Amino acid sequence: MNIIYILWLRQIKRYLRSRSRVLGAIGQPLLFLLALGYGLGSVFKRAGQGNYLQFLVPGIIAQTILFSAVFWGIQIIWDKQFGFLKETLVAPVSRLKIMIGSALGGATLAAFQGVLVLVIALALGFRPHDWALVPAAFAIMIVLAVALACFGAGVASVVNDFQGFQAINQFLVFPLYFLSGAIYPLTGIPTVLKIISTVNPLSYAIDGLRSVLIGTAHFGLGTDVAVLAVTTLVLITFGAVAFRRIEA
Amino acid sequence: MPEKTHSEPIIRLDHVTKKFGSLTAVNDISFEVRPGELFAFLGPNGAGKSTSIKMLTALLRPTSGTITLAGHDVAREPDSARKAFGIVFQDPSVDSELTAYENMELHAALYGVPRSQRRSRINELLELMELEGRAKSLVKTFSGGMIRRLEIARGLLHHPKILFLDEPTLGLDTQTRNLLWAYVKKLNHDTDMTVFFTTHYLEEAEEVAGRIAIIDHGTIIAHGTVAELTARTHTDSLEDAYLKLTGTAIRDEKADPGSRMQMRAMRGLRR
Repeated sequence: MNIIYILWLRQIKRYLRSRSRVLGAIGQPLLFLLALGYGLGSVFKRAGQGNYLQFLVPGIIAQTILFSAVFWGIQIIWDKQFGFLKETLVAPVSRLKIMIGSALGGATLAAFQGVLVLVIALALGFRPHDWALVPAAFAIMIVLAVALACFGAGVASVVNDFQGFQAINQFLVFPLYFLSGAIYPLTGIPTVLKIISTVNPLSYAIDGLRSVLIGTAHFGLGTDVAVLAVTTLVLITFGAVAFRRIEA
Repeated sequence: MPEKTHSEPIIRLDHVTKKFGSLTAVNDISFEVRPGELFAFLGPNGAGKSTSIKMLTALLRPTSGTITLAGHDVAREPDSARKAFGIVFQDPSVDSELTAYENMELHAALYGVPRSQRRSRINELLELMELEGRAKSLVKTFSGGMIRRLEIARGLLHHPKILFLDEPTLGLDTQTRNLLWAYVKKLNHDTDMTVFFTTHYLEEAEEVAGRIAIIDHGTIIAHGTVAELTARTHTDSLEDAYLKLTGTAIRDEKADPGSRMQMRAMRGLRR
């Protein structure tokens, strides 16, 4: 426990010491909220879909968590390149604990940023349909953050440089995001897009967030939670196995 | 008179081989280090030194053979073996975004140093390495020599029986080098801690080491005291003995994955 805690704390300290990271993490979602929320709001309304900001906020929260948790994995590449990883790998500690402690740190930061986006959205006029369900939204955000931080850690364990990590980002994370229903409803879209969105696990996390925050769901909360749970277990396993295979 | 019975060797390599695919990096090496020895492990670049150190510190698994550290089989009881040694790697391995104290604290937690003893041990070691005034400074503000001293302090934090130093003086100025060896010799003398080090500076090995092993092309080609090695080669310095044993040809270093990665990182940063 002690080991997981100290590795978690390390991630938190590093984050709080880097003011640019704190600001940068908020900048992008804010831009999406303002540009998309206000830019497409009237079109969305005219199409009979209601208030776009309400619809968009859960998607942008998930986006924030997706990018910040996966991108956090780059920390492991830094640790490889600047040598710190060896200090942990040579210690009498299981690699699983090292991976879990670090990834929980990354997940905490990502979930925190998700909460921050929710707060900003409230200031911009977003209103949850039932305040009592907001804690359920936090729970989904935390689980999503843990799953994605483990995924980021796994990817960073497999690739050895920043370019490789960026390539994965471009070819996996961006498509996951754009094909997830984060920024558009999944009803009435072309069949191919619909199939992709249905197999994309991120769609279910976003759908779950919509279900508890604005009371509308495409798949239904039960399905969302089940898919999220299975995905999380798979990604934790992936992270643990990949991290164990790192050769010093 | 019975011969002075030395206790069990603290480091023992028994027919250790490491193969990477078809390449044999370390080929059937065996040697022992006794408790309290200052032992130098020398060899040209690419001779198998780094691979050996990685196997000794449980970062790499030998293809065959066994390694025992302080009575623990590294393959079978890696955690007990790991607790028995401290290591200063060739390249820095501190977190530069944390303070010196925080780096020490993290190490204490990783090695299970009891909470009640952490603060006093950390302060004591930082003082020993003359870093007590900078305990709360971020390591990124440290010079190379200060980082080395911090890493030695960190390596000693869990009271290891063995200290591995992998080219500890690389890139340090003469003053820091002298200081470092003075500390290491004092520690070895005062606490009877075994010190196993590698270096390319043969005058350091000649001055510091009690016994020496020389590895080349993956096999141990000679071992013994400086006197034994010079006598055997009919030379009068360790450097001459070393050159006679390993030849004067320059080796093509096959970069290990770590240093290859670092080179790539440097290229990446320059872009």
